[in-house]
Amino acid sequence: MSSAAAVIIAILMLAAALAAATLQKLMHATLSFAAALVGVAAFFFLFSAEFVGLVLVFVYIGAVAVLIVFTILLTRRDVGNDRGVNWGGAFLAVAVFGGLTLAILKTQSVTIVAPHIRTLTVKRIGEALMTSYVWPLLCVGLLLTAALIGALVLVMEEKR
Amino acid sequence: MTPTLQTFLIISAALFCIGLLAVLSRRHAIFILIGIEMMLAAANLNFIAFWRFSPQPMPPTGVMIAIFSIAIAAAEAAVGLALVIAVYRHYRTTNVDHLDQLKG
Repeated sequence: MSSAAAVIIAILMLAAALAAATLQKLMHATLSFAAALVGVAAFFFLFSAEFVGLVLVFVYIGAVAVLIVFTILLTRRDVGNDRGVNWGGAFLAVAVFGGLTLAILKTQSVTIVAPHIRTLTVKRIGEALMTSYVWPLLCVGLLLTAALIGALVLVMEEKR
Repeated sequence: MTPTLQTFLIISAALFCIGLLAVLSRRHAIFILIGIEMMLAAANLNFIAFWRFSPQPMPPTGVMIAIFSIAIAAAEAAVGLALVIAVYRHYRTTNVDHLDQLKG
């Protein structure tokens, strides 16, 4: 795990995230959001969790970002009345960041370097999903079904 | 110099706070959803970082939690965007400042 790669990915990811949080045009913000998620996936690759990185790219950029774009297109009439950044929120976010950073810097047990590990194969993940994590997997399946049915019911046109 | 866990925790705290900034300072419902998704991604980054830096990372617990949390984030985004569309149909706006019918 090289330091230079981590720094470059971090700068690109945080810049894209900041753009997503502050840009005025919704479509530009959504594209920056997708770029920030590419940065998160790059971190997952850096942590040798390639499978999760790919899942993140597929689910977030392939599904969630496209869903957001569709919602923007469906609610198009109402763009451009955002009044920009509200300074109270910005102050609170900076305060939370300061508190978190202080807490992280004061914690001694997190100043460790990554151990050497065997690569985590997809086979192992599949085995774990089918043995120790089979109930959570089923629950997530049920939750996804319920959420998607709920989303369909919410957007269905009411019959008059 | 190899980066320590501390570096990645601070990076993910920064991503979380940018998400918080988007949630607190924007008035458009879709921006608020984008902020929530960024906060969830920061939490996932933390899970994976703690898993990678733990002394015995072989039971892939952090990876599993990240996978489940990504699935739940997808469900949340679907329901959230459906709510945005439903609210838009009803009020003809997605500005959360205008949704004040229940305000006393």
